[in-house]
Amino acid sequence: MSGLSNKSGLSPRPVEALTAEEQAAEVADRRRARLERFWQGAIFVFIVGGWEISARTGVADPFFFGQPSGVIATIWRWSTRGTPQGPLWQHVVVTLEEAVLAFCIGVVIGVVAGFALGRNRMLAAAFGPYIRMGNAIPRVILGSIFVIWLGLDMASKVALGVTLVFFIVFFNAFQGVREVDPNLVNNARLLGAGPRQLSFDVMLPAALGWIISSLHTSFGFALVGAVVGEFLGATHGLGYLVASAQGAFNANGVFAAMAILSVVALIADFLVTRLERRLTPWRQTATRSSL
Amino acid sequence: MPNPGRGRAEIPNPAVAAVGQGGPTIALRDVMKRFRTSRGDFYVAVHSLTFDVAGGEFCAIVGPTGSGKSTTLNLIAGLDTPSRGQAFVLGQPVTGPNAGVGYMFQTDAVFPWKNVLANVATGPLYRGAGREEAVRRAREWIGRVGLAGFGDRYPSQLSGGMRKRVALAQTLINEPAVLLMDEPFASLDVQTRTMMENELLELWSGTSASVVFVTHDLEEAIALADRVLVFTAAPATLKRSYEIDLPRPRNVTEVRFDPRFTQLYEHIWQDLRDEAVIAYERSLQQVRS
Repeated sequence: MSGLSNKSGLSPRPVEALTAEEQAAEVADRRRARLERFWQGAIFVFIVGGWEISARTGVADPFFFGQPSGVIATIWRWSTRGTPQGPLWQHVVVTLEEAVLAFCIGVVIGVVAGFALGRNRMLAAAFGPYIRMGNAIPRVILGSIFVIWLGLDMASKVALGVTLVFFIVFFNAFQGVREVDPNLVNNARLLGAGPRQLSFDVMLPAALGWIISSLHTSFGFALVGAVVGEFLGATHGLGYLVASAQGAFNANGVFAAMAILSVVALIADFLVTRLERRLTPWRQTATRSSL
Repeated sequence: MPNPGRGRAEIPNPAVAAVGQGGPTIALRDVMKRFRTSRGDFYVAVHSLTFDVAGGEFCAIVGPTGSGKSTTLNLIAGLDTPSRGQAFVLGQPVTGPNAGVGYMFQTDAVFPWKNVLANVATGPLYRGAGREEAVRRAREWIGRVGLAGFGDRYPSQLSGGMRKRVALAQTLINEPAVLLMDEPFASLDVQTRTMMENELLELWSGTSASVVFVTHDLEEAIALADRVLVFTAAPATLKRSYEIDLPRPRNVTEVRFDPRFTQLYEHIWQDLRDEAVIAYERSLQQVRS
């Protein structure tokens, strides 16, 4: 895997033994990598261990602050015997469904709108101020409105998620189209591209990098939309679990729902990264070398 | 200030009428281009520009920095419109990007999201060729620029010289009657650059294209061109035109040792140096004020 073995493989001469200095440098590199991993682990142990110890010794009251072993026990109980509000998987599925729906709808509207406004100066000038105004509204307040309008069902959560996702994707798509290298556009025009080809063969792929980098953040926001919506009023979902645990003064329950949510978010991020590689194969070499 | 775009169409210009079919491949007639600056006044990029490029002629433009060389190319390409005067390509007034014109830019303008084959096939596909035919012709051109076997690579996986070859194939596959090149090899190292220059001459000799090659390197201009146009410092215009009577086919490395080459170089350099000095002094003044 290392670049060193690669280079010596290409050279016509047989592989030479490493000099003492090279060997020392490699050993030092490996030692430093080990040390980095050690500190990563140490910080986790310090925080979680410190939490557990202060809970057990009574420094931090576990009633208010919970305790890691209690959180793990809660997750275990929820996943084996179900939550007080029904099986855990049901809540996870509901939240995921809301988030994925909000994400898809928000991305589609965001990309279409961003692309249209990026391509058309008149549209951008006409709608620009209103979109900025819309983006300035604190979205959590919209959540209450959506509950009134759309009820306690999934629709109000999806709507809240869409308002969060839309703006992120919109601004990225818009910027992506605006920042297309004018040389590329000129080159395409001289090669014979019409307006349609300029849009879909040049502008869109050029903006794709921007759009896709916004997908990471926006799925996180879709989840936030779903959870906050559920928190404000729902009958299912992880946000509803948090709200119920809070109502029962169950700190461990709040943390357990949070931990589950984080795992879901991490898995989603991983999937978006996979999608990114799939959609932008020309960037793969760059991404890989940076890893 | 009168609107320069409106006045042009109404006032008949005798010089404009003189350019018809069967004339020079490129003709510029009293062309002026100015841009509005952020301070509200005008910056004249080129003015009183009149010159012809014959069919199959290789013409190099040299001049100090900021002497409107790239603007001239953009006017011929139809990416910009003149504020006054008119540019003609193949006898037709230039009104927009023209199917007969190929343009190689100074910076990389190959599409990073397309592999080499798709990049080279872009032109034919845009111009309505079938996928099969476009791919066949693209393969042919990839071979011709020495990139056979690299069709599935993306530009980010290629070296600078290889990307230039892709750009060259991408431009030449359209078989342009006019090839515009804006310091295309400026970013390359000297060895790669010489190699590309020789390759360009070889590829060009197989076509009947007229070339306008902008460079700030006088040696490159003389080694490649049939004619060298020297531009003045800004506000730029054509100062003098020099015929380069070195025999073809040329090897750009060997031709530099030709005594005639040195003679031409010294001659043109006098002109160019004067303009470079003016441009430099002007830039000093600008920094001071």
